[in-house]
Amino acid sequence: MKAFAQLFLSLDETNKTNEKVKVLKEYFNAVPDTDKMHMLALFTGRKPKRQINSTLVRTWAIEASTIPAWLFEESYHVVGDLAETMALLMPQSDVSSSKTLTEWIAEINNLNDKTEEQKKEWLLASWAMLDNQERFVFNKLLTGSFRVGVSQNLVIKALADISGLEAAVLTHRIMGSWLPETFQFAQLMEEQDAAENISRPYPFFLAYPIQETSEKQKTPEEVGATLGNAADWQAEWKWDGIRAQMIKRNGEIFIWSRGEDLATEKFPELHPFLKALPDGTVIDGEILSFQNGLPMPFNVLQTRIGRKNLSKKILEESPVAVIAYDCLEYKGQDIRAKTQSERRLILEELQAATAYPEVFRISALIKFDTWDELGQIREQSRAMIAEGIMLKRKSAAYQVGRKRGDWWKWKIDPLSVDAVMIYAQKGHGRRADLYTDYTFAVWDGDKLVPFAKAYSGLTDAEINKVDYFIKRNTIEKFGPVRTVKPELVFEIGFEGINKSTRHKSGIALRFPRILRWRQDKPKEEADTLESLKALLGE
Amino acid sequence: MAKKPLLEFTDRGIYCAQGKFYIDPWKPVDDAVITHAHADHAYVGHKHYLAHYLSKEVLLYRLGEIQLQTVAYGETVMKNGVAISLYPAGHVIGSAQIRVEYKGEVWVVSGDYKVEDDGISTPFEPVQCHHFISECTFGMPVYTWKPQVQIFEDINNWWRSNLHNGLATVLVGYSLGKAQRILQNLDLFNGKVYTHGVIENTNEALRRNGVILNPTERITQDSVKEEVRKGIIIAPPSSVGTPWMRKFGPYSFGYCSGWMAIRGAKRRRAADRGFILSDHADWDGLVSAIDATGCESVYLTHGYTATFARYLNGIGFDAHEVHTLYGGEEEAPSQPPPEGEELKETEEKIFEVSPTGGDLEGAGTTS
Repeated sequence: MKAFAQLFLSLDETNKTNEKVKVLKEYFNAVPDTDKMHMLALFTGRKPKRQINSTLVRTWAIEASTIPAWLFEESYHVVGDLAETMALLMPQSDVSSSKTLTEWIAEINNLNDKTEEQKKEWLLASWAMLDNQERFVFNKLLTGSFRVGVSQNLVIKALADISGLEAAVLTHRIMGSWLPETFQFAQLMEEQDAAENISRPYPFFLAYPIQETSEKQKTPEEVGATLGNAADWQAEWKWDGIRAQMIKRNGEIFIWSRGEDLATEKFPELHPFLKALPDGTVIDGEILSFQNGLPMPFNVLQTRIGRKNLSKKILEESPVAVIAYDCLEYKGQDIRAKTQSERRLILEELQAATAYPEVFRISALIKFDTWDELGQIREQSRAMIAEGIMLKRKSAAYQVGRKRGDWWKWKIDPLSVDAVMIYAQKGHGRRADLYTDYTFAVWDGDKLVPFAKAYSGLTDAEINKVDYFIKRNTIEKFGPVRTVKPELVFEIGFEGINKSTRHKSGIALRFPRILRWRQDKPKEEADTLESLKALLGE
Repeated sequence: MAKKPLLEFTDRGIYCAQGKFYIDPWKPVDDAVITHAHADHAYVGHKHYLAHYLSKEVLLYRLGEIQLQTVAYGETVMKNGVAISLYPAGHVIGSAQIRVEYKGEVWVVSGDYKVEDDGISTPFEPVQCHHFISECTFGMPVYTWKPQVQIFEDINNWWRSNLHNGLATVLVGYSLGKAQRILQNLDLFNGKVYTHGVIENTNEALRRNGVILNPTERITQDSVKEEVRKGIIIAPPSSVGTPWMRKFGPYSFGYCSGWMAIRGAKRRRAADRGFILSDHADWDGLVSAIDATGCESVYLTHGYTATFARYLNGIGFDAHEVHTLYGGEEEAPSQPPPEGEELKETEEKIFEVSPTGGDLEGAGTTS
């Protein structure tokens, strides 16, 4: 565990990519193979199952720290991270432990059938033999809140450097579901991939945004100047659903979401068409809710994703379908190296053969001759319930990850509204102890009605200024939330708006975010609830 | 009984009506007693100043021609029947707690302080009083410092490993206090110490005051880059990321501050190394210092005042939050607006504007 804690610390201490890769390589070279696989699992989002619920962990941490519970809570708001707060507040340990990461994780997993009393005893004893940094990492494991500031790409790069294997090959091998307890490092490193894993998806190819920020829209001319001849490109609508990869192999089906979650059971409507596909087929597409042949707004799908049990009612209210846009494996062969146009033909063939065309849909190609024409078509995105347009180079292979060059997303301008900040809360992580999470309101007569929370889009300098304002203009405090003197106006961007019975304002926004701080606007000139509701009609 | 307290909190600063003087006022007054020379405590524009003699040259350097009377620790000055005396606060060289006594009632204003002996500032001394006006910059239990010996061991090791890896070493700290504390604790066998002009000006002022500091070399246009890279550079926070700093690259830059105790704050600074080193008392330091005064009531001027007051009240003290404009010099998580930033470290001796910037002020005052 010492090596793992040190790894965490060293990664924190550098912002340079090369340094991070170096640190990762040093770690891989220093620890046993089983530790390597556990680290890889953790760094790629495969958390161990939570064995003690975090309320208990927190309660016992408060006991161990011997401070009042309210002070523990206040400390948490300052630190912005529960695992770190617990590590900082406990008395220093005077013994140490040489257990490896593998051993600690095994101990955590062994808690499965233990009583609460036994768990507590184990936890207090464990804390007492770890130093601050180890405790922090250990708490992260325990509470299942493990997130590192290192992308999977860097970990893969370090592994690739060590093994001489290609990064794309390694990325593919660690896709899907595997357990660090059974997937061995030697297997991962084999020259030829012998692993028989029929559920394993391919790494997703992700599009690059044409405009880096939503404020700077690109004109069709600019798009053309960058992408060249319009005839070299395939255009489709950019659908707003759940990106998914659907697999049929050896008579079995698997549905993977982009977060590498196995979501097969979440979408029973898709099973019949998938089962009917020929073995050795992998399809990439977007899952959306459909009604009367039309896609429904994302929030309909969202309510369904949140549910543990899919009731009959939900299945009736928001049935899903797939809009397929690529084929990655056909007749058991990986066809990612074929061109976009070739893969498209195969996909069309598969779709034409389906007996379930209502569920297995295909993403229609948009016909266009010039960028100008496409620019005009793009204006209809919102009416199409699409987020904009996808552009794919006809000659391009299906690549790994977010790559600049062959896949682009050309999104439409967000909707926007000017709103007044009325509540603020401290942020987490890099924004710990700073007021960075704000609630915004619009006018309803002479009252301000809250309608959205947003916490991004300001520069660090602006955050400091707003934080400074909040600390000096607090009207009331409710736990971590401060009611702020309504004064600052922000332009809030969002992708969509829907009726909501859960919100006081009667509306819910999709992806609300701060576009900019309107220092030029007095609060009286913020928008009204009426003007927001007018957007519902679209 | 409407007896007026000996010290009161006004919109100009802490005021003694009986003695007709202010302590660390932020708006111009006739008679100011100054705890220490940091910009958020020593403002320009007062008619008369009283401070510790070790603050003299730095005050003159920072504030220009002022009418200044200096005293030693323990010496008493009478103002309209009120006895004023200064006691070491251990914060920076020349920093003092101000003890004020009238008819047997004793108040102490801590200014900023730390309880650990840093080897260069006269160590903090608890002073018995009825009323203690204390800072609490780090008044949260997550802030606990390790002995500075351990921190400087880390710093010196880091410097050595940079030399080994062919990197220049830049250590960032405030020009009055942190810079000298670092300077006196570096392992000079590693190499020479180079200083940014702002820091060297403060060093020179202190040397004029008779303070003996380790040798330093001011970085000028004539400095030889390769030589500087073999030593260590001490620079103020305002120099981070400037072309001035970049010209010594490739370098590793370390940041010394109490805020480095929190991972988020550390990541926000984007320093290569964060060293948890503060000139303010940590949680245990604050609690023990307040306890040692034997005070009846304690007033908290800046820092996590609400939380700390609640805690103190819970363990039997009579604690109150008060609003002041202190707390600019140790770059807090909420940094003052950038205009203020500039003022703190520039050569210009203009401090007419509060270092916390004027644009958002006066809107309301809850904290």
